[in-house]
Amino acid sequence: MTEFTPVAALIGGLLIGLAAVLLMYLNGRVAGISGIAAGLLKWPPAPDWAWRAAFVAGLVAAPFLLAGGGWVRPQLDFPAGTPMLIAAGLLVGFGSAFGSGCTSGHGVCGIARLSKRSLLATVAFMAAGIATVFVVRHVIGPGG
Amino acid sequence: MPHVVAAFVCGLLFGGGLAVSDMVNPAKVLNFLDVAGAWDASLVFVMGGAVAVTAIGYRLVFGRDRPVLADSFSLPTARDVDARLLAGAAVFGVGWGLAGLCPGPALAGLTYARPETLIFLAAMAVGLIAGRLAADATQPTAPTQQGV
Repeated sequence: MTEFTPVAALIGGLLIGLAAVLLMYLNGRVAGISGIAAGLLKWPPAPDWAWRAAFVAGLVAAPFLLAGGGWVRPQLDFPAGTPMLIAAGLLVGFGSAFGSGCTSGHGVCGIARLSKRSLLATVAFMAAGIATVFVVRHVIGPGG
Repeated sequence: MPHVVAAFVCGLLFGGGLAVSDMVNPAKVLNFLDVAGAWDASLVFVMGGAVAVTAIGYRLVFGRDRPVLADSFSLPTARDVDARLLAGAAVFGVGWGLAGLCPGPALAGLTYARPETLIFLAAMAVGLIAGRLAADATQPTAPTQQGV
């Protein structure tokens, strides 16, 4: 069980939106995390690796600063065990590279641009996610 | 390197948003996807707020000739809805539903030093490389999309 937290969710969403707008305004880039991260996984390094690394560093630093200051200390709960985490990571990485985006690139930036591709991709991954959780929790069941 | 500093600041805002909204907690994301069980609608507000701000902000930004710190806007060029897009999104969704993690919250979650995060991210890196190779093999002449 997790508590429904609409206010915190909305504030977080506004911050994410602000980040996406600023990255486009300043650098002309879409704030798609899988794409930004994928650009760091090239050898030899992509010529534009520095801003990608800086974005990821900020992504990690903000929760660190919020926790260190005692402001936001989320309790993380990982229901998936190790084999499922590995499978999930492989699928999330493969799917976002093959489908050209993830929750942020398609779900936030793409929909905000009224991209038909992103809207349909978001519907597809939401549906797949809902179906997967349904099977894991209600068909296979706890401990399955 | 002002554009590198700009990217860091944007990363800070993005990561702050993920932490404040508790999207770094996989159980919270899984409960959003669990419409037939312990449904937690918080993610709707995260995405709704983010999309609203981005849609309005993009509208203003795209009124400019170019970004402040770059020569041009880098936007996806693909327009057609193809099997690759939908297959990729579906595969992504299955992985998302298995662990409750996607790339942003997983990276932001590094801060909490949980072994689960490292396991997921290591597998995700392999998946990203494999997905790119598979995409290149499928459409060798397609224009590359950056940043999405």
